[in-house]
Amino acid sequence: MSDRGFTPNEMMTIAASRALKGDDVCFVGIGAPSAACNVARLTHAPDITLIYESGTIGTAPDVLPLSIGDGELCETAVTTVSVPEMFRYWLQGGRITIGFLGAAQLDRFGNINTTVIGDYDNPKTRLPGGGGAPEIASSAQKIYVTMAQSKRGMVDKIDFYTSFGHGEGGDHRKRIGIDTEGPALLITDLAIWEPDPETKEFTVVSLHPGVSREQVQETCGWTVKFADGVDETPAPTALELKTLRDLKARTEAAHKGAAGSGAKKGSKDG
Amino acid sequence: MATFMPLKQAVADNLRDGDTAAFEGFTHLIPTAAAHEAIRQGIKDLTLVRMTPDVVYDQMIGMGLAKKLVFSYAGNPGVGLLRRMRDAVENAYPRPIELEEHSHAAMANAYEAGAAGLPCAVFRGYLGAELARVNANIKQVTCPFSGEVLAAVPAVRPDATFIHAQKADRKGNVLIEGIIGIQKEAVLAAKRAVVTVEEVVEDFSDLHPNLTILPHWAITAVSVVPGGAHPSYTHGYYPRDNATYLEWDKIAADRELFRAWMDENVIKATPEDFAARVATLGAV
Repeated sequence: MSDRGFTPNEMMTIAASRALKGDDVCFVGIGAPSAACNVARLTHAPDITLIYESGTIGTAPDVLPLSIGDGELCETAVTTVSVPEMFRYWLQGGRITIGFLGAAQLDRFGNINTTVIGDYDNPKTRLPGGGGAPEIASSAQKIYVTMAQSKRGMVDKIDFYTSFGHGEGGDHRKRIGIDTEGPALLITDLAIWEPDPETKEFTVVSLHPGVSREQVQETCGWTVKFADGVDETPAPTALELKTLRDLKARTEAAHKGAAGSGAKKGSKDG
Repeated sequence: MATFMPLKQAVADNLRDGDTAAFEGFTHLIPTAAAHEAIRQGIKDLTLVRMTPDVVYDQMIGMGLAKKLVFSYAGNPGVGLLRRMRDAVENAYPRPIELEEHSHAAMANAYEAGAAGLPCAVFRGYLGAELARVNANIKQVTCPFSGEVLAAVPAVRPDATFIHAQKADRKGNVLIEGIIGIQKEAVLAAKRAVVTVEEVVEDFSDLHPNLTILPHWAITAVSVVPGGAHPSYTHGYYPRDNATYLEWDKIAADRELFRAWMDENVIKATPEDFAARVATLGAV
């Protein structure tokens, strides 16, 4: 914890949560995106619709799920649909406003790799793979990305295009037949980035409190562009911090113990 | 027509060397007991299909059952990578494994096409995605009406599908609820389908009319295995054993530790052992 009273990771999660609105329909990736989406729901956006790819629509978990299919996601959802319905009617059907993704490797145009480090056929590290991301990246109306900065993660050239961001920049999406907006926001532990309107390269628009331009550059594998006027991200409020920390504490307690959540035995149909 | 039988017999009757087999479950209702039975029976040269291969596929791959994996996300959810699978991919240990990698949307569509009796699935996908370069089964078709270029993948048609569900009635109709994932499609796409259930009840009368029920005549065999999804969960019966998923990361990291764990907990165990594993998880 810094002497500012919050960690860079807490700032990242809270800054990401602020980007979400109450009328968003958000397809939530596991990990950092999940924390941000639930902080948004528990603070300024109580009506946000959170969707996990396991088929839960409009879920409101009390603790962060360890996996995308934890039981509490289903119990608190407005409805739970099958996986093909999720991908066909809801994602491909154009009903998702925000796809919120994490990344193992990210480049300056928001292209994401979660497949392999090294060569695909002879990988140095075999990562889990794309899961829902390739089609979230093209079918959600906009993509937000959140990740902690590092030279390993934010690279000049990704090893594999798991999901397409802005490709080589400019109108590359349009040229290959994608009509959604693509990566529109990158929230790291140090800064908020937005794509340049023309080149689509991620550009720093806001530095988190106490963060220098040098720190951002030192933890990024490409030469960082800064917007003409760089803002300072407002520090987390007491309510935001308390909401995030309470959520994390509940989550840790729930995942450590054997007893998680689940429907009541003997309930109507269970 | 579903026949009730012990799991040992259901696996022996329905899974053969060289089969394409799906043990489906999307975090919820993973058919662990059935997969462990396949490991005990030493079935070989399987093409394993699953959207989200996790711990139980790590175990099957680590024990050398699989020659090929068709999948869209291979990980220990919320924990990290599958270390036995990585050893197979990166070091060909204990045997080389061929990968056919897709996205979730592709796999979901491919199972649905299999259930629908179609040869392939058509969807809007893989735009700009590099999997299309490394997987020869990802192709493009042009819509004859609009001219839009769409992705096409072959239907998934397993020789055998294994799933776990909450309950069967006396006739062998199966009720599945909660996160239902891809299981209905995986059963209907398969030549043979084996379902393990928590319990058998007299009948399903007076339940909600739109529940997900697989009719007995769409299933080959039903085996009663309480706790059979552990360490996954069964909605309404027991919670996910997150601690076991966390622990798996250490076990799978070491070839000998893995082998010792498998001997103790799978090779020397029986389907009846699953009930005790979920008994300590707390009533839900």
